[in-house]
This record gives sequence, C-alpha cells and structure tokens, in this order.
Amino acid sequence: MREVLHIDWTRCDGRGLCTELLPTLLGRDDWGYPLAMQAAGGDPSNVVIDFQHSEAAADAVKLCPKMALALAYEADQADETW
Amino acid sequence: MDNTLWALGRVSGIVSLILFTGTVVLGILTRSGRPLLSIPRYSLTLIHRNFALLATIFLALHVGTLVLDSFAKLTVADVVVPFLGSYRPFWQGLGTVAFDLVVAVVVTSLLRRRIGVRAFRAVHWFTYAMWPIALAHALGNGTDGTSKFFLMLAICSLISVGAALVWRFSTNFLETAKTRQEELQ
Repeated sequence: MREVLHIDWTRCDGRGLCTELLPTLLGRDDWGYPLAMQAAGGDPSNVVIDFQHSEAAADAVKLCPKMALALAYEADQADETW
Repeated sequence: MDNTLWALGRVSGIVSLILFTGTVVLGILTRSGRPLLSIPRYSLTLIHRNFALLATIFLALHVGTLVLDSFAKLTVADVVVPFLGSYRPFWQGLGTVAFDLVVAVVVTSLLRRRIGVRAFRAVHWFTYAMWPIALAHALGNGTDGTSKFFLMLAICSLISVGAALVWRFSTNFLETAKTRQEELQ
C-alpha cells in the first residue's frame, strides 16, 4: 500500500499552501497551480507521499483553503503483481 | 467584585475589537494567496485562525462578565436576542447582532470540512457585516466609546480594514493576478 495525495482540479485555485508544505513533491506553475514531481502512474492529479512527508501532506489537506486535497491509500504496483 | 467585572467587561470588549480587526486584515491577506515577508502562506492561515479564536475568547469574556455584572443589567436573552436591552437598546443590540454573527462564522469555520466550501464561504462573508457592526456597537454603547483613546483606536482600525478592503477589490489583489490576466489577453 502507498499513500497518495489526490488533487481535485475542479476545486484547486492555486493558492500555494500545499506547494509550501511539500516543496520536494509539488512544484508550482506560472498560474500558481501545483505540479506533481512524482506523479503516481503518470497522473499529475495523484502524488505519491512517502512516510517522511505524511505529516506535511496531512497538514496540506487540512489547510487547503479550497478543500481541493484528499489523502488515500492505494495498492502500489508491487502489490498488484502479486 | 462588581467593579472588577465591569472593568473586565469593558477592557475585554476593546481587546476583542483589536483582535477582530487583526483577524479581518489577516483574512484578506490570506485570501490574496501571498506570503508576508518571511511568513509562509500556511502560517498566515493559522495566524488568521488563531487571531479569530483569541478574539472570540475575549468576546466571550466581554459578554460573560457583563452578564454577571449587576450594573450592566444584561439578561441571558440579551446575549442572543438583539435590541431588548435596558441601556441604549439599539447600540447594545448591535453588539448582540455582531456576537451572533461571530458565533455563526466560528462554528461554520470549525465545521468547514463537514459543511463544504460553499456554505463555509457564504457564512464567512458575514464577517464584513460583523466588523463594522461591532465597531458601531463599541462607539455607541461603550463607556469609553467616545474617549480620545478609543476614538484614535477606532480611526486606526477603520484605516487598517479600509485599506485592506481597497486592496482586496484592486485588480492585482491575487498573487497570480498578473499571470492569469495576461493569459486572457
């Protein structure tokens, strides 16, 4: 299982709180929107969160002014092959 | 004891107003999506929230001490139902209206993740009504409302919130305003 941060683009307004809290995982485009640096399965809406960023990701979910973030657990590729 | 409650009631009202002024200005700053000097955006959001909660605590102290105080002659009904008071009912009623609005804004903020963005924001807009109502209540009802010190404070508060509002409605308010406007042209 791996933790994934999901970005809801219909809600996101690029306010920049998540990119400050997760600077190594999320970049920012010219319009302020977050860009996943390690997109899960090539999908920029889902950011893989490793253990050391778990707390910061939870803060980002709580503090997002547009409530555009959600954390979920999904089976990673290794699990799927088994 | 009576004097203590009366004095506490007065000073906590003033402190609460100062904190609410700070809360409104910080809220507008938060909305702009800009960091302030070296304070990051997520910290500003938390400072805005903590200012609001602290202001609410002082407001509770303001209302609580004056309900217990025998000189103020406030009843429990006066806390929630406006314009029934015995002393300057209109100006006191404005305080009650502001108090009710604060309760609504704080409750919907704390339940933000449950009630959703739309309901949260709709109620949050009432802050713009709450703040001037609270200031009017202080000026019209406060024992110190017309003192030189308080008038100076009121003017400074009006300038702070007024300037923040002018900035709020200016075209370059959002951090990303320039980039987003260029895209449209």
